[in-house]
Amino acid sequence: MFADGERAIPAMHKRWAEWASLIALAALLLCPATLPAQDAPGDAPADTMLATRAVAPPFNLTSVDTPNDRGSSITLSWEPSPDEEAGAVISYEIYRSADPDTGFSYAGRVPPGIASYRDSGLDNGVEYYHRVAAAATDTLLFFSPTVGPTIAFPQWFNINRVNVMIGVIIFVTAIVYFVTSAKAGKELFIRRLAGLDELDNAVGRATEMGKPILYITGLSGISDVATIAAINILGEVAKKTAEYNTRLIVPCADPIVMAVEQEVVREAYAEVGRPEAYNEDDVFYLTRSQFAYVAGVNGIMVRQRPATILYMGMFYAESLVLAETGASVGSIQIAGTDAVTQLPFFITSCDYTLIGEELYAASAYLSREPVLLGGLKGQDTIKFIVGVLLIIGFIVATLAATGVIATDFMAPLYVTG
Amino acid sequence: MRRQVPLLLCFVAGVFTAVQYFIPHPVVQDFQERFLAWLMTLLAFAFLLGTVSLIRLHWHKIRNKADDRGYSFVTLVGLLVMIGFGFFHPGHHSPGSPFSTLFQNVQVPIEATMFSLLAFYVASAAFRAFRARTLEATLLLVAATIVMLGRVPLGELIHEQIPIATRWILEVPNMASKRGIMIGVGLGMMATALKIVLGIERAWMGGRD
Repeated sequence: MFADGERAIPAMHKRWAEWASLIALAALLLCPATLPAQDAPGDAPADTMLATRAVAPPFNLTSVDTPNDRGSSITLSWEPSPDEEAGAVISYEIYRSADPDTGFSYAGRVPPGIASYRDSGLDNGVEYYHRVAAAATDTLLFFSPTVGPTIAFPQWFNINRVNVMIGVIIFVTAIVYFVTSAKAGKELFIRRLAGLDELDNAVGRATEMGKPILYITGLSGISDVATIAAINILGEVAKKTAEYNTRLIVPCADPIVMAVEQEVVREAYAEVGRPEAYNEDDVFYLTRSQFAYVAGVNGIMVRQRPATILYMGMFYAESLVLAETGASVGSIQIAGTDAVTQLPFFITSCDYTLIGEELYAASAYLSREPVLLGGLKGQDTIKFIVGVLLIIGFIVATLAATGVIATDFMAPLYVTG
Repeated sequence: MRRQVPLLLCFVAGVFTAVQYFIPHPVVQDFQERFLAWLMTLLAFAFLLGTVSLIRLHWHKIRNKADDRGYSFVTLVGLLVMIGFGFFHPGHHSPGSPFSTLFQNVQVPIEATMFSLLAFYVASAAFRAFRARTLEATLLLVAATIVMLGRVPLGELIHEQIPIATRWILEVPNMASKRGIMIGVGLGMMATALKIVLGIERAWMGGRD
């Protein structure tokens, strides 16, 4: 019953401990009157009488270093006491020590029905011994043999995440392959995105009407990929507005996003040879507060009456308030978001909507840079592979659930630790 | 150098953040936690940028006598009052202090009012959008009607199957399309993040090479 890697324990001590346990158990079974901390039975009900009997301890106790963790933890598992089903066990109490014979201290407890325990907060590299007791009462404990020594140590790799790593490697390989193909001059087809095709018309409309364009990049910070995608599109839009000498207003909800957007718009204006047309006050910080931002932007819409409003990025509950106000002032509206819950509002209120990943494709679509198109192609290839795996997984899971096959062998693909 | 240093920083930080997901060792995890703590600290300092931008913009509008300078005046007064109470009043922002009172009795009700406008905007959007002009619009109209009725007791009063149909619409076709979009979004996010980390996507830095 000892774990691998134990050090040698004198055989005489081991035998003495075993005999002592047997004698104590026999005494308890034969002499119930000697049990400690019990009230005089008298007319005690049957369940109390049951609790004062000895219970069999748990057996086959094993202890191992907890796998795939940062260390300081040992996992114990055991076979439950045979008396557990009869309700004689109120809990399993875990004790630990750095010595196999003495110094055991309480480590934790689990209710009956649970046959494992993770002992945390340990020192790495130190040998620990454990034993588990079936508790008949709060003070009446029946211990399993001691198991150990076991040493806790941290792991350098989480094996449960191998499937994720393989997926990432395949993904990176696909992206790099198609980017390399695109650099080599291979033609890559990309389907039409109506919302992005309309950008030119939308900017032209604003120019003809002499009204500004309002560009809203959502409420999320720079760490959100949707915000970065929106900033990528902002650069292209800013180049068009610079060419047509149309005012571009960009209210920001995040100071860092504001700083990035100011730089992007300034560079865009400089790139088309119109640096003097850039107005830093048109790319400004409004507020971090969600509905205060909505109020501010709505005020800009009502006062400035922009000809075109672009919503690109991450949006929350404010999306419909913004879109409806924009519709009420007669603006042409193009939205793009990966927020699934807000897409229906944009679809009903805006003229064009980029749905989910179309937002991420916008940068490649607008710039037509081969390298970006290659990345898009790699992403679509992976999506195809994921789709095929989903169909196979669905079929296998259905066959497993109906008993046609023994197990769902695809399940490990989707489970991660 | 001006572009190489940010690209290098982006690459190192991106690769480290991806790799640490697979390594549970405390050497890596502790560094990741410290890295995130530094990020939070930097983000806090970034609010200074926003505040300066806000003050400068609205001060320019007031000084240049812009048409909507009244709103700028209100914004600056509000900002200064809250900063004053928050920093210089002995109670700072503790419960019962002027800062807390203004926040709870002015800011919070105003935000709640803006949020409550959503109900009216939903009605106006529904009125405009739910027209049976095309097949898709008709499907949208029918589905929306069933779901709206199924979500209120009136639906069950009209017909006992309406709540069941509502649940089916939300749990089957709606959930399927949501999950399809989310799979695409997830892959798109990964691809975009990968392109940014590897320096393929550089538009966020502004300008071109």
